[in-house]
Amino acid sequence: MTDVMTSPTTQLPAPPRRRKAVWLRELALLPALVVVFVIGGLVDDTFVGWSNIVSILTASAALSLVVLGESLVLITGKFDLSLESTMGLAPALGAMVVIPAASAGFGVELPAAIGLLIIPLCGALVGFVNGFLIVKLKLNAFIVTLAMLTVLRGVQVGSTKGKTLFNLPDSFTDLATTTFAGLPMSVWLAAVLFAIAGWVLRYHRVGRALYAIGGNREAARAAGVRVDRIAWAVFVVAGILAAIGGLAYTGYVGALGANQGSGMILQVFAAAVIGGVSLDGGKGTLVGALTGVLLLSSVSSLLNYAHVTAEWQGAIYGAIILVALIIARYAGGKPQT
Amino acid sequence: MTALPAGESAVPVVSAVGVGKRYGPTVALHDVSLTVHPGESHALVGRNGAGKSTLVSILTGLSATDTGHVEFGGEPAPPLSKQDDWKARVACVYQHAMVVPQLTVAENLFLNRQAGGGFSIGWKSLRRKARELLDSWDVHVDVDTPAGELSVEDRQFVEIARALSYGARFIVLDEPTAQLDSQAIERLFERMRQMQAGGVTFLFISHHLHEVYEVCQAVTVLRDAKHVLTAPVSEVGKAQLVDAMTGEPGGLSVRDAASRESLEADAAEILSVDGLSGDGFRDVSFRLRRGEVVGLAGSNASGKHQVAETVYGLRPPSAGTIRVDGKPLRPGDIPAAIRAGIGCVPRDRHHEGLVLEHSIADNATLSILDRIGRGGIASPSARRAKATQALADYDIVAASAEQPVSDLSGGNQQKVVLARALIGDPRVVVLINPTAGVDVKSKEALLAVVDRVRAEGKAVLIVSDELDDLRLSDRVLVLRAGAVVAEHQAGWSDGDLVADIEGVELS
Repeated sequence: MTDVMTSPTTQLPAPPRRRKAVWLRELALLPALVVVFVIGGLVDDTFVGWSNIVSILTASAALSLVVLGESLVLITGKFDLSLESTMGLAPALGAMVVIPAASAGFGVELPAAIGLLIIPLCGALVGFVNGFLIVKLKLNAFIVTLAMLTVLRGVQVGSTKGKTLFNLPDSFTDLATTTFAGLPMSVWLAAVLFAIAGWVLRYHRVGRALYAIGGNREAARAAGVRVDRIAWAVFVVAGILAAIGGLAYTGYVGALGANQGSGMILQVFAAAVIGGVSLDGGKGTLVGALTGVLLLSSVSSLLNYAHVTAEWQGAIYGAIILVALIIARYAGGKPQT
Repeated sequence: MTALPAGESAVPVVSAVGVGKRYGPTVALHDVSLTVHPGESHALVGRNGAGKSTLVSILTGLSATDTGHVEFGGEPAPPLSKQDDWKARVACVYQHAMVVPQLTVAENLFLNRQAGGGFSIGWKSLRRKARELLDSWDVHVDVDTPAGELSVEDRQFVEIARALSYGARFIVLDEPTAQLDSQAIERLFERMRQMQAGGVTFLFISHHLHEVYEVCQAVTVLRDAKHVLTAPVSEVGKAQLVDAMTGEPGGLSVRDAASRESLEADAAEILSVDGLSGDGFRDVSFRLRRGEVVGLAGSNASGKHQVAETVYGLRPPSAGTIRVDGKPLRPGDIPAAIRAGIGCVPRDRHHEGLVLEHSIADNATLSILDRIGRGGIASPSARRAKATQALADYDIVAASAEQPVSDLSGGNQQKVVLARALIGDPRVVVLINPTAGVDVKSKEALLAVVDRVRAEGKAVLIVSDELDDLRLSDRVLVLRAGAVVAEHQAGWSDGDLVADIEGVELS
């Protein structure tokens, strides 16, 4: 056998093959998406109709904003569980300073614009505190954000006395109800924010710094990246995105439940990981994360079309996430560390 | 059993015959044979990428050979699935710790066999057995210490003892001296000789050829995945050995600073360090002028690394000033140091030098991302162009700038770190262990770059354990216990410098 071997090539690295491969990996979920739509089409013709596609996109918009925030945090090598509670609390606080006390508001009845402004500010504040605890005090991100998740949910339930907020001003639901070119504004907003964030990640030094921090914190620091400052800022940005995602969700549902966002962190993580964002940091793209969101939303829609009863949807949805993780593991070819 | 060759007293401990291995299109090992006789220390040398690691992984049962076969004591090697049988024959002590740091030495020694065949773990007897084992090989380590708190030296002895406890009498030492200071290296060699006398055979891997002469009886050289030479150490000269490794005659051609024109008397002062104190050193002052190379020498505990890291801002000083071109530098602020014109090759390329999974382009441009385009825009094409230029400038062997640095050999990885230190065209270059763990040829290439940037007028501060690196220096400052104790002008003799480093008087 030995004479078949060519001359040793240990010094010569593998041929260039990467740039194409990167794109293929980013779109690794497209076949899965196609499969979902084929099955959906078989179950019911209208699944592949325009109106259902619009509804899948609308449902994706809110989730995708949170996934965007989480992906940025994950790429930096940290994570944030509390985003699901921010999703509920931020719009709730924003609404309660606007709506009358009769509708479970605080009774101060400030102008709606201020309420809308409070939403991202609330998200930023939560992110700021998370960043302080995790980056400055160097507490463990898992337990800090898990505690924060509980605190925020508790604040929302406590301040609303567990009630669902109705009678929201129109401006709170405009994001999901006004449309442009047939799609709700929330979809356009998500698309624009994804495009901006994707551009920054690829073309701007701050984006490259996120990858470097997640890939090797010490190396990033030694190269002159202000590691702590950027990592902290990412928590703030994630909080803002989750708050806006919460507003989009409120508009989509039309009311603001005390448990808005509860349990959604699983979908957020699943979408990011299925889309190829590494939990270890330093790896992943927003195109991947976005396809992850679309896949989960499509599956969710498919469950409705297939008349799976509400009681069983959770179990089946969770199981499908597990299957999707397994498929993504082998389609992506690399361990999902 | 085949007849023994004349002159050999015993069956070889291990013999690999015609071993070959390929990974995809890459030939990692081609028709390599190695025979190690009982009781000897056999050196395995070669440049990074020569196939040493592949050969070790085959000899230790971590991967299967594609061609050829391996025998232990004249019997065929056990199948890969029988790892216990492999453990009874051979073990490797790697550069990186293979212990569970949180568990005690005793538990690490008997990991997964703590109960010794019984049902529950008898902690008392476990500790007793551990102590007996260590005592029998004369290893003085407290068995109750968490393994993570051991010094590198002790950790290696514990790993050797663990290997011996499985019955193996053939131990592979993978660059055991890389992280040790010279006294610890001496102790290691002494222990190796004792164990050899006790019937243990070593395969010794090192980049330091003088160690081969000190402790080994035979040497095998690999180059480009092929076997080049096996001979008794007494029959090969150092130059011949270097030639065998590099494939070309000449040996290590590092330019000695004494052989070049001395620094111009009026060369401008660029870096001034005054009364610098910090963690592990105090009151260090020195000047660096345009085109000057200053070396910092000392043992690992001398504080030399800390001094250099403080200059670059990796550590905050507790007192003292650092000035570049007369302007004081904000202490402990790396971005400020970079802006002031300091570039740095940090101490450990894996720990703080590189993001291994990222591309050469990403790594090489990481410290100048803010300067590539306006407003912080750093487009992939601009980064790629910068990095492609660096590939050519620093002779980095890679398919393209898009290749992840984890694919590269150690020497080429280190060139990427150096490229990043120089990519912003700094005036002061701080090099910490710039040639650690790289092969002879890469070392030459790296030092040639240093010589080049010096000639361009950059000031270089070089911290190294290796005398070859320090030869470029116009002067070498020796640190001991955190203070500068001596200064040697270019042309120093190895003996004098080492005596100062170790704090011994040469009579």
